[in-house]
Amino acid sequence: MDTNDSLRVASLWHSMHAISQQLSPVNGCSGIELLEADTFDLHCFQSLPGTKFFVVCEPGTPHMESLLRYIYELYTDYVLKNPFYEIEMPIRCELFDINLTQAVQSDRVALLGR
Amino acid sequence: MIGVGKMKQYSNVLDKPLSKGKQEVSLTAFAFLFSELVQYNQTQVDNIAELERRLEDAGYAVGSRVLELLCNREKGNRRETRLLGILSFVHSTVWKVLFGKVADSLEKGTEHEDEYMISEKELLVNRFISIPKDMGTFNCGAFVAGIVKGVLDNAGFPAVVTAHFVPIEGQQRPRTTILIKFADEVLKREARLSQ
Repeated sequence: MDTNDSLRVASLWHSMHAISQQLSPVNGCSGIELLEADTFDLHCFQSLPGTKFFVVCEPGTPHMESLLRYIYELYTDYVLKNPFYEIEMPIRCELFDINLTQAVQSDRVALLGR
Repeated sequence: MIGVGKMKQYSNVLDKPLSKGKQEVSLTAFAFLFSELVQYNQTQVDNIAELERRLEDAGYAVGSRVLELLCNREKGNRRETRLLGILSFVHSTVWKVLFGKVADSLEKGTEHEDEYMISEKELLVNRFISIPKDMGTFNCGAFVAGIVKGVLDNAGFPAVVTAHFVPIEGQQRPRTTILIKFADEVLKREARLSQ
């Protein structure tokens, strides 16, 4: 999936998330957290400033929430503290990529299941 | 009893003893501050060499003050006159106070007599920074090189100090080396003192 496709998916998700927040019958809803479909699951994590992190995985994969939280930590460390990163641009930080691939490998995910 | 053990009130702020200072500072706070420093300097310059020079100048200011402070606090107002003395001072004391640990290694250059190298697996200032590909060999460790230059210059050992990335086999991230090239007068003086 190249950059343009990722941007398209992300903007689609952003709109859906905002609409779901308005449509929800429950008061004080903060948006979709989990979307379960036949062939995939989509977990979404929204940080306090409103940045959304979502992961698309196989149905029934455990520990996705803690993975998302860990990715948020990586984001605050290697992206926000990088002086060469412009806010809202696609992330091209080497350290972030390296740590992200490490975190996504299966044995790491199992360790994160706290 | 209230008042027992109260600090002596000094009439003049210059009479107060120098405090030990806070031993710990938030790494995150420093990282954000340093990131802002780099970003601010980036807006003021046109090319990378200028940016490196600016970071070095910022570090130079830190280095000169750190030397004064540490000579007073750690070494009891003694002055280093020998080359190895000042180098091990930088490598251990300065590094320990600034970064919380001594530098990884101190080596003498093999090609030139006047070159010494302090190496570190990853500089604290570079911990969260990924250099974009189009910036080439730029290293934010220029700030640390400036600190070392400030310390050496003000201790009477003029030198040219630069920071370099050295790729290592089997490691994804290159290690950083601070290269110190002393001026001729330093070597001549050292030779005289060794006799």
